Amino acid sequence: MITFMNNSDSEEEPCNERTSLMSAESPPVPSYQDGLQASEAGEAQAHRKRRAGSSRGPSNIAGGEMSGSGVPVRESILENEEEELTLKYGAKHVIMLFVPVTLCMIVVVATIKSVRFYTEKNGQLIYTPFSEDTPSVGQRLLNSVLNTIVMISVIIVMTVFLVLLYKYRCYKFIHGWLILSSLMLLFLFTYIYLGEVLKTYNVAMDYPTLFIVIWNFGAVGMICIHWKGPLQLQQAYLIMISALMALVFIKYLPEWSAWVILGAISIYDLMAVLCPKGPLRMLVETAQERNEPIFPALIYSSAMMWTVGMAKPDTAARGPSQQTWDAAEDGREHLRSPSHAESQMSETSPVPTRPVTLEELEEEERGVKLGLGDFIFYSVLVGKAAATASGDWNTTLACFVAILIGLCLTLLLLAVFKKALPALPISITFGLIFYFSTDNLVRPFMDTLASHQLYI
Amino acid sequence: PAFGLFIFTIARDPLRIIILIAGAFFWLVSLLLSSLIWFIAVKASDPQDERLQKGLLIFGVMFSVLLQEAFRFLYYKLLRKAIEGLVALSEDGCSPISIQQMAYVAGVGFGLMSGAFSMINLLADALGPGTVGIHGDSQLYFLTSAFMTMVLIFLHTFWGILFFHGCEHRLWWEIAAVVIMHLTVSGLSFCNPLYVGSLVPSYLLMAAAAAWAYLLSGGSAQNLRRFLLCKC
Repeated sequence: MITFMNNSDSEEEPCNERTSLMSAESPPVPSYQDGLQASEAGEAQAHRKRRAGSSRGPSNIAGGEMSGSGVPVRESILENEEEELTLKYGAKHVIMLFVPVTLCMIVVVATIKSVRFYTEKNGQLIYTPFSEDTPSVGQRLLNSVLNTIVMISVIIVMTVFLVLLYKYRCYKFIHGWLILSSLMLLFLFTYIYLGEVLKTYNVAMDYPTLFIVIWNFGAVGMICIHWKGPLQLQQAYLIMISALMALVFIKYLPEWSAWVILGAISIYDLMAVLCPKGPLRMLVETAQERNEPIFPALIYSSAMMWTVGMAKPDTAARGPSQQTWDAAEDGREHLRSPSHAESQMSETSPVPTRPVTLEELEEEERGVKLGLGDFIFYSVLVGKAAATASGDWNTTLACFVAILIGLCLTLLLLAVFKKALPALPISITFGLIFYFSTDNLVRPFMDTLASHQLYI
Repeated sequence: PAFGLFIFTIARDPLRIIILIAGAFFWLVSLLLSSLIWFIAVKASDPQDERLQKGLLIFGVMFSVLLQEAFRFLYYKLLRKAIEGLVALSEDGCSPISIQQMAYVAGVGFGLMSGAFSMINLLADALGPGTVGIHGDSQLYFLTSAFMTMVLIFLHTFWGILFFHGCEHRLWWEIAAVVIMHLTVSGLSFCNPLYVGSLVPSYLLMAAAAAWAYLLSGGSAQNLRRFLLCKC
């Protein structure tokens, strides 16, 4: 399961990916046995709309059971064991997510602090048509709320569109869309980014060199994300893409709109994932019904970081029993093997000889999946804090810690509930609270303390 | 040095990292609340009155110290519950992490966060151009800030260990000692810029706390000697 979903986020369209953490299993869905479909194609499209993250780590248990042997009887017996294992691996999974989120934030903050381009206001996206340059506070507030409404409705429309496409199996369309998006993201945004960085550090670079560099970067990125590639490289690319998108957002969203949008998006995420008719939830369930992995280009999968390099002899045996998420995509085989190996190596595996258990272990070893949209919005929050807060690093640090704690709590809830959960609300809420309170309350306090050199 | 502590002792184990971040979070919340109180007090008072402002600041500092200790206690309670959960979940009936390790990590978490908040703006400013103490302030500002921050981080670590030990064994005097030490150190910093008054006693206190924590963690002079002799 936790194969990587490539994220193809590209697009100018801002946002839209909703990210949610999902637990891969949906125990109640009995139709795992469906053949693995070429969900990859379908997935590509979805990314644009949403980034569904699934935490598979703990939750894969159910999936494991369902797949392969498909004997539901074992479920109850296995569930207890799985729960233990799940929570046991909980800490590891949390760290597996901490690291990329931290890296993404570091990249964004470093860029914001050094490259002036991203904090200049050079216009707005068409998704936020109302300007915030109005003199009165009330007008500004109204404009930002209107901007938010426009943005959220764009997101909703795109998400629903994506779900419909997915439902009606227009995989080619989705696939093409994803490829186009990631193409644009990888090439155009990287070009702009590189240009600005070079300008900041006053490094001269001629066009042919630039062309070669960007071409290589983009081509390797496309291959890594949409096809096969070493795990860490894929993760690195996904992180870079998220950082680029976040930077674009930070630059082009006006101040107040950005905060209101962040708040609105977490509410939307909550609803889209948890309500029975929510588009994201339908997407996840459809994907699970069809035993397909979701949108390879939209999801960051943290698993298998430590499984690379393990040789695994008989992948073939596992093939059919693989759970949906593992999807028998050929491209994923190499990813699966390590996890197989890993599960075998893990001592915690109950003595079991049943393939199902091993699969479960595999799944557990798979780690967690987090949607790329989550990465993007976390980074937007921290980046905005770095860019606009007058308390500088204190505020940024506070938001960073708040987001990490939110992520921890979300993962805890995931381990408890074992189904797809939205990753945005808790973290963004904490982040927003901490941002505003640190900026307004803590900063004067710390400044005064520092000027008198007092320590608390 | 604190960062080195982090890398060598904490970064390996994911559970410790989580405890660290949670510790930092608790410190942050305590800071938030205390600055809220201070802010309200300042807004409610006359901004022109210097002495009053100074007095309010002192009050704010003391209150913040007390709040930090209160949050340390809350964190202790949370970790106790967590340990029970971990024990229940683990296979062999004992927790993967002991309460002392948690105490250490929690202390480091508190310390790192407090150190970060104290230093990081200074560091950022230090990167830019400028002269230290151009307006007649002490020229040793950066140096002393660095040392003071370091001593505070270490102190937080030791206080964490002492505090948790005190809570475990219900030694109220130990907890009271930690609180008093914290208040003392903060109070000493009021002597700044008379650095001799604040840095030296702080270091002495730190050495005392270090020895105490070491003894509590089961070390002894013998262990120390053996450790040093083995190495060299």
